[in-house]
Amino acid sequence: MHINLTLIVQMAVFAVLIWFTMKFVWPMILGPMQERERRIAQGLAAANKGEEELKEARAGAESILSEARERAGVIVDQAQRSANEILEQARSAATQEGQRLVAAAQQQIELDAARAKEQLRRQVGAIAVAAASKLLEREIDARAHEALLNEFAAQL
Amino acid sequence: MAAAEPQIGEYIEHHLTFLTNKPQNTLVNFTVINYDTVFFSVLLAVLFAGSFYLVARRASASTTSVPRGFQSFVEMLVDWVDSQVKDVYHGTNQLIAPLALTIFCWVYLFNFMDLVPVDLLPDIGGALGLAHLKVVPSTDLNGVFGLSLTVFILMIFYSIKMKGPLGFLAELTLHPFRVKNIFAQIPLSIVNLLLESVTLIARPVSLALRLFGNIFAGEMIFVLLALLTLAHGYAGLETFSGWGLLLLQAVLTFAWGVFHLLIITIQAFIFMVLTIVYLAMAHEHH
Repeated sequence: MHINLTLIVQMAVFAVLIWFTMKFVWPMILGPMQERERRIAQGLAAANKGEEELKEARAGAESILSEARERAGVIVDQAQRSANEILEQARSAATQEGQRLVAAAQQQIELDAARAKEQLRRQVGAIAVAAASKLLEREIDARAHEALLNEFAAQL
Repeated sequence: MAAAEPQIGEYIEHHLTFLTNKPQNTLVNFTVINYDTVFFSVLLAVLFAGSFYLVARRASASTTSVPRGFQSFVEMLVDWVDSQVKDVYHGTNQLIAPLALTIFCWVYLFNFMDLVPVDLLPDIGGALGLAHLKVVPSTDLNGVFGLSLTVFILMIFYSIKMKGPLGFLAELTLHPFRVKNIFAQIPLSIVNLLLESVTLIARPVSLALRLFGNIFAGEMIFVLLALLTLAHGYAGLETFSGWGLLLLQAVLTFAWGVFHLLIITIQAFIFMVLTIVYLAMAHEHH
């Protein structure tokens, strides 16, 4: 148990070692560690932000989708309605046309019937004249009796 | 056993003697040097500084790489020391934290030499022609006082730097007894100075002797356990009791080694924490 020069040497070595650690070891380990800590914190914050943004984007997309769906429903409804309208219009047009056609046909029929009656009346007149001339055994002057015949025919 | 008595004495003496340039007969003699303490201190200092410097260079080369292996261990240690310092000291001194790391690692490595089998290195040294070899620098008073006196000098330096010479003197003379009357204060200041000086000087002394005592005692236990089989030599292997003693020594040495692992860590930790506390106190104004 003696004190000797070793004490001084030990103090010198210690001083050099402290200086070395302070200069070349401590800051070069702690500095990068703090830098890494900062990066990790940044990364975590960015991840959080990204997650938040994703959530927001999802909500936005959802609202856009539902809006689009709603609008599509409205459009489909409108299309349905206008299709119905067109159909209704076409139907009523067709009905009117049909009625018109039927009316025209009836008119034609009435016209034809009247014409046929006229013809028949004429022929009946002629037959009656022929028959009367047979009965009278003489020829009736058709021209002379035209007025009479016409009056007769009109009575038919 | 009677014939073995001087052998035991010699053996213990051998383990307590330093490898010096010349025998030392007075308590203090600054022409004598312990080669073994200096050699192992410097070796362990180079081991600590070198390995940490390699890690520091790799860490600062790229801050994006993932730390692994020894680098993780070093960073954990640095972070732990940093938090220990920040718990106690809230100033801006850039010296305290690296100093604390240096002390913890160096003292731990000193103490760890205690776990090297007690005869291994001295026997290798003996084969190389060295008469004595003491491998644990913290069982050398020069080794531990070298640390604590350096810490003491730093304490005084920062006390004076932070408080001024007068502030430091006031701290030594105006506590714990303080009166308003200046003439009554003068004799009280002398008492204060005595008390405070004892407190101040007790710090490096207790710092050094606590470490020295624990590690020296631990080494002594290893030496004493080695005595169990010392007297018998290879002849001990021919008897049943010889094998029993060998087994006993192995078991006890292992058990003490495991316990000592705890002690050397705690002692290194205590040395570091007290250094931080003392230097933090040197920065505080009272």
